Amino acid sequence: MATILAEDEDIAASHAPQPDAVVVRFAGDSGDGMQLTGGQFTLSTALSGNDLATFPDFPAEIRAPQGTLFGVSAFQINFGSTAIDTAGDQPDVLVAMNPAALKTNVDALKPGGLIIADTGEFTKRNLEKAKYAASPIDDDSLAKWQVLAFDISALTLEAVKPFGLGNKEALRCKNMWTLGLALWMFDRERGPLIQWLKDKFAKNPVLADANIAALNAGHAYGETAEIGGHIKQQHLDPVPSAPGLYRTVTGAEAISYGLVAGAQLAGLKMFFGGYPITPASAILHNLVKLKEFGVTTFQAEDEIAAICSAIGASYAGQLGVTSSSGPGIALKGEAMGLAVMTELPLVIVNSQRGGPSTGLPTKTEQSDLYQAVYGRNGDTPLPVVAACSPSDAYECAIEAVRIAVQFMTPVMLLTDGYIANAAEPWLVPDPADHAPFPVTFLEDMNGPDGVLPYKRDAKGVRPWIKPGTPGLMHRIGGIEKAVDTGNLDYSPETHQLQTDARKEKVDGVAASIPPQEVCLGQSGGKLAVVGWGSTYGPIHQAVSRSRAKGLDVSHIHVRHIWPLPSNLGALLHSYDRVLVPEMNTGQFKTVLRDQYLVDAQPLNKVSGQPFTIAELEAAVATYFDGAPGNAGGDEVPADDTQLPSIKGVNP
Amino acid sequence: MNDMTPISKLTIKDWESDQEVRWCPGCGDYAILKAVQRTMVDLEADPAKTVFVSGIGCSSRFPYYMASYGFHTIHGRAPAFATGIKVANPELDVWLVTGDGDGMSIGGNHTMHLIRRNLNCQIMLFNNEIYGLTKGQYSPTSRVGTSSPSTPGGSVDRPMLPCAFALGAGARFVARGFDVSKNLPEVLKAAHAHHGAAFIEIFQNCIVYNKDVFEDFAAPKGAEDRQLWLKNGEPMLFGNAKTGDTKGIALDAEKLTLKVVDVVDGDWRAAGVIVHEVTNRSIAHMLVEMPFGAFPMALGVIYDDPRPTYEDSVHQQDAKLIAGKQANLAKLLAKGQTWTVSGTAADPV
Repeated sequence: MATILAEDEDIAASHAPQPDAVVVRFAGDSGDGMQLTGGQFTLSTALSGNDLATFPDFPAEIRAPQGTLFGVSAFQINFGSTAIDTAGDQPDVLVAMNPAALKTNVDALKPGGLIIADTGEFTKRNLEKAKYAASPIDDDSLAKWQVLAFDISALTLEAVKPFGLGNKEALRCKNMWTLGLALWMFDRERGPLIQWLKDKFAKNPVLADANIAALNAGHAYGETAEIGGHIKQQHLDPVPSAPGLYRTVTGAEAISYGLVAGAQLAGLKMFFGGYPITPASAILHNLVKLKEFGVTTFQAEDEIAAICSAIGASYAGQLGVTSSSGPGIALKGEAMGLAVMTELPLVIVNSQRGGPSTGLPTKTEQSDLYQAVYGRNGDTPLPVVAACSPSDAYECAIEAVRIAVQFMTPVMLLTDGYIANAAEPWLVPDPADHAPFPVTFLEDMNGPDGVLPYKRDAKGVRPWIKPGTPGLMHRIGGIEKAVDTGNLDYSPETHQLQTDARKEKVDGVAASIPPQEVCLGQSGGKLAVVGWGSTYGPIHQAVSRSRAKGLDVSHIHVRHIWPLPSNLGALLHSYDRVLVPEMNTGQFKTVLRDQYLVDAQPLNKVSGQPFTIAELEAAVATYFDGAPGNAGGDEVPADDTQLPSIKGVNP
Repeated sequence: MNDMTPISKLTIKDWESDQEVRWCPGCGDYAILKAVQRTMVDLEADPAKTVFVSGIGCSSRFPYYMASYGFHTIHGRAPAFATGIKVANPELDVWLVTGDGDGMSIGGNHTMHLIRRNLNCQIMLFNNEIYGLTKGQYSPTSRVGTSSPSTPGGSVDRPMLPCAFALGAGARFVARGFDVSKNLPEVLKAAHAHHGAAFIEIFQNCIVYNKDVFEDFAAPKGAEDRQLWLKNGEPMLFGNAKTGDTKGIALDAEKLTLKVVDVVDGDWRAAGVIVHEVTNRSIAHMLVEMPFGAFPMALGVIYDDPRPTYEDSVHQQDAKLIAGKQANLAKLLAKGQTWTVSGTAADPV
């Protein structure tokens, strides 16, 4: 998606059927190495110049009992020679390493799609675990798909025999055998992968050689046509992309890099306080490797200590950052209030997952928007920024840092499990493209009789004063404070004044953010599909396809969730209808209705899976019943007058 | 404070902030505040490099009254803030102020981990065995039977011993004192001299909700019989030397416990009285668990045996890790397997 070149009209949007894009899903036991297989396939796909998007989908259990339905781990990749925005609706190819993987994934497969199954794993015991009465390979239950079933296990054992591995270790090479076959199917180079295996097993060359042998054997299996006409080798041309240096990046990596870039632009060292939680831990794991950038990491005893230590570091003059997922963010709430009250910069990254409570730890959702915007005691406004893709997360992290230090406020950066784990090609940015925003600490007395730690500037921002600065000693805290001096003062007038001042300051952030743009289509018209966060890909494709059918629909994707861009209200009112697809029960829709009195309509999905393009396309179609070129959607409003135009509600 | 005053000439006045002290008249906190200000003067501490960090509760108002930097944070979490402050700037002299509710109840977890990590700071736990600011509920250090608004029939749960908790968490410095004791500044100075987390339990009289709860050992009359002031390298003696009624603490080798022995004619060696070694961890455990009544209250520096601090270890390790590495963001972003797009073809790099 980083490779999108221009406006929609120029894009050869991937209208179904899509001969120039393929969706492959690798599914197996959580111990089968499917995420690794998918990751490496992603890399070779990227190296071959295709655009791509991935969707890793794995269970919450680390090693669920082998062969069980709930232990299935899957990795889906959509790649092709056109711009790819999503991980794809329906796979064309399903690689099923055992019966459970077949059972849990086959229904998603496109009719006529290809199943590659390892018969070595279709034993009586594994079939029972997958709740199959009889092997689906032997009956006609898979008739609507092509089935290519052979004993990958045995072929792998044969291939790695010369290396004298134990049976268990030898079978672990199955994923490389399968990957070899996949690489052949799509005409991929094995070279980079062989190098990667050599590096990975540098300390154990026998394992490296065995894995390489398995990879080569899988590749040769395809080449020597032993599979007999079932599959043909496909070659997808490289996608035309903006010239430059590319790499793949996950959201967790991009956020880590963006935070480091932001700290550099601010001229600050960074202190990261975190506590292990899925799917946020990856950010901590990335940052520990970046200490030469002035990053200190602290694995705290709990979520509360993680944010409090970060606030402590901000107080001492560094950029405090903390990160978590919904349940951990809930624990941090009180401390966020203190950061708002003491007006200290802080970045809080929320990698959203399915909730409430423990919910769906490894699945994606966008249901923490209320929590981000409203979820604290008291009137406690703080800016919220939402990333829409892995590469966008880099820009959003920089933006969060900028707002935090320029406005002396905590900022919440929203991402989700999908963005955190998914990978996409990334046109490597030049750090010099961002204008620096260096921080100035107060060094000298700013009042006639002493230091005034709460003296606000024209933007309502107080000075940042590092303890250790001679002559500026002062005390701050969570109790309401007098104007300028910051001394304890909970008189009615003061609380009113300071509450207003804190709100105005955060509202004022809107003046520093760019106006909302329409990312596909134009301002004004029949329908705007308004999204935020990781729904970008499917919305963009669905709107693109709908526009290709001649429908007057535009895509608006909002990065600044709070405060909202100043022109957003007028922009939304320029459309007849507004549709807000979200992976929650309608949170952003409610915010938009509240802020602008627009009749924003919800479209909600909370299955732990991203929207498909087809779902969104169908939803868009319901607004154009009878319009020329509209094939019609699944749901058609019974009576058009039941959907009053926005203009009618609030001219 | 006049900025021009040299640090060595600062007086107690210079350590007082311009804020009106808002504790109840007669509260033990006033005496502790004075003792801390006295300590700062004696240490010739620099107010600009000193930070008092507190949680929530009566004791946690403390930072507002010191003319240094101060951060009044949220309930129980002061140790976590202190960790961020000290790791971010090890030059700062960090003092934590907490209470039995703040530090042992809602913030017990953070206190434990601060001590375990050995962050170089002083932790002053004001123990008044009650919740003061919320109007008198019993606390985790209240004695069994404490009648309070939340326990009108008397509390039934057993209190914890803060110093035993600290040692259990791995503390390398544990000391005790009490609000009006003239020895308190000396105890605080010893804590400050210790490089690492120094835990000081300060018994503090809450005159409104738990009045005189420490009178049995803190009262001046008969104090010599009820207070065991520990001094490194000196025998553990108490009682009235003038009347010849001297007692000492000895080891009951069979039971592996401490016992009180009479010292006849000043010959404490003959009586088997233990010489206090601040690095003896086993004796430290016994001293903090010594039941008051049968034994005097152990006060002063109970244990002092430094180990590497958390922030030193972090920065030393980080320095090693980054030695020779360049912080080049452009290079970092272009790391790993990359490819260049020129026109339509992609070439692996």
